[in-house]
Amino acid sequence: MKEAPAHTPYHPRWYRSRVSTYWWLGKWAHLKFILREISSVFVAVFVVLLLLEIWALERGPGAYAEFQRWLESPPLVALSLLSFFFVVFHAITWFSLAPRAMVVRLRGTRLPDAVIAGSNYLAWLIVSVIIGWALLGG
Amino acid sequence: MSRRAIEPFLWGLFSAGGVLAALFIPVHLFLQYLAFPLGWLPAPSYEHMLALLRQPLVRIYLFALCSLALFHWAHRFRYTLYDGLQIKHITELINLFCYGGAIAGTALASYLLWTVP
Amino acid sequence: MGETIELEVTRYTPERDREPSRQTYAVPLRKDWTVLDGLNHIKDREDGSLTFRWSCRMGICGSCGMMVNGEPKLTCATFLFRYAPGPVRVEPLRYFPIIRDLVVAINDFMAKLQAVKPWIIREEEKALAEGEYLQTPQQLEVYKQYSMCINCMICYAACPVYGLDPLFAGPAAIALAQRYNMDSRDQGAAERLSILSQHEGIWGCTFVGECTKVCPKQVDPAGAIQQYKLTAAKKWIQGLLMPWGAK
Repeated sequence: MKEAPAHTPYHPRWYRSRVSTYWWLGKWAHLKFILREISSVFVAVFVVLLLLEIWALERGPGAYAEFQRWLESPPLVALSLLSFFFVVFHAITWFSLAPRAMVVRLRGTRLPDAVIAGSNYLAWLIVSVIIGWALLGG
Repeated sequence: MSRRAIEPFLWGLFSAGGVLAALFIPVHLFLQYLAFPLGWLPAPSYEHMLALLRQPLVRIYLFALCSLALFHWAHRFRYTLYDGLQIKHITELINLFCYGGAIAGTALASYLLWTVP
Repeated sequence: MGETIELEVTRYTPERDREPSRQTYAVPLRKDWTVLDGLNHIKDREDGSLTFRWSCRMGICGSCGMMVNGEPKLTCATFLFRYAPGPVRVEPLRYFPIIRDLVVAINDFMAKLQAVKPWIIREEEKALAEGEYLQTPQQLEVYKQYSMCINCMICYAACPVYGLDPLFAGPAAIALAQRYNMDSRDQGAAERLSILSQHEGIWGCTFVGECTKVCPKQVDPAGAIQQYKLTAAKKWIQGLLMPWGAK
């Protein structure tokens, strides 16, 4: 690709409008896109919480109990709720986008998107059951 | 590795992180940071959690999850800063913040998971 | 029908104006008239100075792309009655410099199209005596969707990444590269990858997906780009694990 777009070097009178910083507020599809991208922040929030929990576990039962109390505080509950919605939003958008990137062909014909998305949801269910079982004392 | 050649690798990390985040994070978040603290479900005891954490497979799993999820965030957030805020003139700073943050988080995770008592 | 509908059309004369303005015309609201018919009516009967591109008027040449009420469309395929009672805002294709009225500069797209080498690349051409290259229907199906592109650039008008970074190769150029990469007769995939595997190429795309939504030919450029990213990532791993096999 070139260093500069191939227009307007010799035509200063061609009108070029500037894209606004708030371009993403103009259409719902764009806003949804930005929200989808922002969901990654809450993925990182989860990792931070998880690392804090591991650290608390390593410091002993007292520290862990204190961590649990911190989790119950209103700002943390709000953060957890918000994070949960965004993480689920990430999962749903990811499963609907993944089939567009992965073309799986069976005997020449392309598997429909719904099949790939469906198998992702199935995996999601299985994984969640396994982890739930492990955490709940299985 | 040249600037060009690293982009497929970073996208690969982003994708892997995205898959892991989508499949695994919802249930962890729901149980550990909502259901258990708010009492919707019986919270596991300290001993149970520690016993889980001690298992090598669990530690490897948690390391992969944390690290790749962070790289997923790093890549996506980097592009959001480019496109959403149009602040491309501080490209180097954005890259440092995002990927540097992911590397730091990975280092922290490996330290924590290595030194489980 | 006896009714009319108003078209608010962008006017811009580079020698005279500093920025575009809008002019309103009333055109007959006939049930089979498209926006293009409305524009031609204006040019024929009301204002011969109105300037716009069009050709086939049947959705195959890709010349008449414009913004209709903020959405990029082929004006020959957009019916006026769908916008009744109006007014209908007709503007030049977004994210391209405006030469005059509704005409935009397309050199950037043309340059990018050429850069991705949209033709069959072969290490060695078969001799004529050996006959034609054969292709099964399954091999055709792999790339056929991407061959439907009419180069109308409507996807560029919908792509925020292109709007923010004019260096971005853009949906159509990348989809057309894929059309050749996936063609069984082509041997130029590596060459095109080295051109497109950079920030202004496929990696600039953040899969907003608007390009696929607006494409009048259902080419699905977004899908083409994501598949290309996956291919590039796989090639990268292959290059790492088996460097002797690369190129």
